[in-house]
Amino acid sequence: MAEKYLMKGNEAIAEAAIRNGCIHFFGYPITPQTEVSAYMSKVLPKIGGTFLQAESEIAAINMVLGAASCGVRAMTSSSSPGISLKSEGVSYIAGSDLPCVILNVMRGGPGLGGIQPSQADYWQATKALGHGDFQLLVFAPATVQEIVNLIGTAFDLAEKYRMPALILADGMLGQMMEPVEFPEITPKPAEKPYATTGTQGKRKPNIINSLYLQPDELERTVRERFARYDIIKQNEVRCEEYLTDDAEIILVAYGATARVVRSAVEDARACGIKAGLIRPITLWPFPEEAIRNAAARVDHMITVEMSMGQMVDDVRLYANGQCDVHFFGHTGGIVPTPAEVLDQIKKYAGGAE
Amino acid sequence: MSVHMLIAGFGGQGVLFAGKIVAYTGMIEEKQVSWLPSYGPEMRGGTANCSVCIDDKPIGCPIVLNPKTLIVMNRPSYDKFINEVQPGGTVVLDSTLIEADSTRDDITVCAIPATQMANDNGLHGLANIIMLGQTLKATGFCSMDVLKEAMKRCIPARKQHLLEPNLRALQMGYDY
Repeated sequence: MAEKYLMKGNEAIAEAAIRNGCIHFFGYPITPQTEVSAYMSKVLPKIGGTFLQAESEIAAINMVLGAASCGVRAMTSSSSPGISLKSEGVSYIAGSDLPCVILNVMRGGPGLGGIQPSQADYWQATKALGHGDFQLLVFAPATVQEIVNLIGTAFDLAEKYRMPALILADGMLGQMMEPVEFPEITPKPAEKPYATTGTQGKRKPNIINSLYLQPDELERTVRERFARYDIIKQNEVRCEEYLTDDAEIILVAYGATARVVRSAVEDARACGIKAGLIRPITLWPFPEEAIRNAAARVDHMITVEMSMGQMVDDVRLYANGQCDVHFFGHTGGIVPTPAEVLDQIKKYAGGAE
Repeated sequence: MSVHMLIAGFGGQGVLFAGKIVAYTGMIEEKQVSWLPSYGPEMRGGTANCSVCIDDKPIGCPIVLNPKTLIVMNRPSYDKFINEVQPGGTVVLDSTLIEADSTRDDITVCAIPATQMANDNGLHGLANIIMLGQTLKATGFCSMDVLKEAMKRCIPARKQHLLEPNLRALQMGYDY
């Protein structure tokens, strides 16, 4: 068994990224993710990588665009307000069909908001992190170990489908320490024939571009991208179901909130209420089928988030009227407690009207 | 046994470090562990606290709202958390800094003048470790050997000369 380390989520993601062959990092500090940059700054210069603290978040994401154009694994990280600044660059990266990994350790918003954990960037992450028709692969880990396990997947899939991947964490996951082990891996970056690595006089120059002035040409590139998205929806959905087989009421939560809800589900079971949990691990592609199937079996679903209710829109969309979908949550910094969630479960369980 | 502990005090008293040592005892015993700090402006001189959970099964909510064990090293934290301790729980408080006035009779309160003891014995800044020694005695959350081993792992190689005073502080808290 690999050695276990007690590490903060932020440090673990940095270490895992490096072990997955990402030795080029561009960032700008912001609470609660600054440890990512700090860790990268200590390690990368010693192993021949690039650590660059940019002059702004906008500069950092455009440096990622440049690095990804050259075919290397590159990453940036920030927290909510900083991610908003990056959105223009993210759209350009998506429009240029380049892979990269972006980490958002969410904090409260809007505006500067707060610095405590939040999940209020779900809409931004899954619907519109930038202008134009595009999606990101969005991963939502719930433990420090899962952050470590998903980062390699994020790089691999970003390269496989030539698109940015976003790790959507929150201040709690970033700051908490848990034991982690780093599985032995040999990173296998994909071939990148599109990369601008110099022609050596042997081929035509590669051009990385997101500008298509001819409408039909632009539509063709967007349609090609969406054809890829369809394949991703078929093949890359990840979610975890906990005690859902015989559940009479099903909760839906992701990330750190899912841990709280898992505790509440266990408490509900102890009270004789058959509760279960669906935990989306990919937020895009969303686990449509798991929600659809669950909604057909129960009368009530409850979505719990650290926001005013964002993912609940998708849960309602795929429940498609088959059951009632309720929402419970708090905004940035106020983590729902297991007792509060248990109260919600009791409120709707047993067919109470 | 499982640990559901909240350690609270002023920034600079070493409450996060004490929590890290407790977390390492769980690592050594190959259990599930979580350590969650308060973060932000309170780290720089205000109140600071950390939640530590150790269990055989995966840790659900890592935030300790109702601690089984509360280690408390300043008055604001005492006022904030004393009524949150689970019935039957244990409170270890630094009586140099806190005049305990809770009327709760469903919890065990261990008062130890840790800051005074540290100052009197040339262990400046190690009140947190004295508190940890007393907590071990009061709750037996792990063995003394495991706690000492955890302490060794938490002290970086270049600071190993600090191990001896830390171990002395631990024993002093335990023997009080």
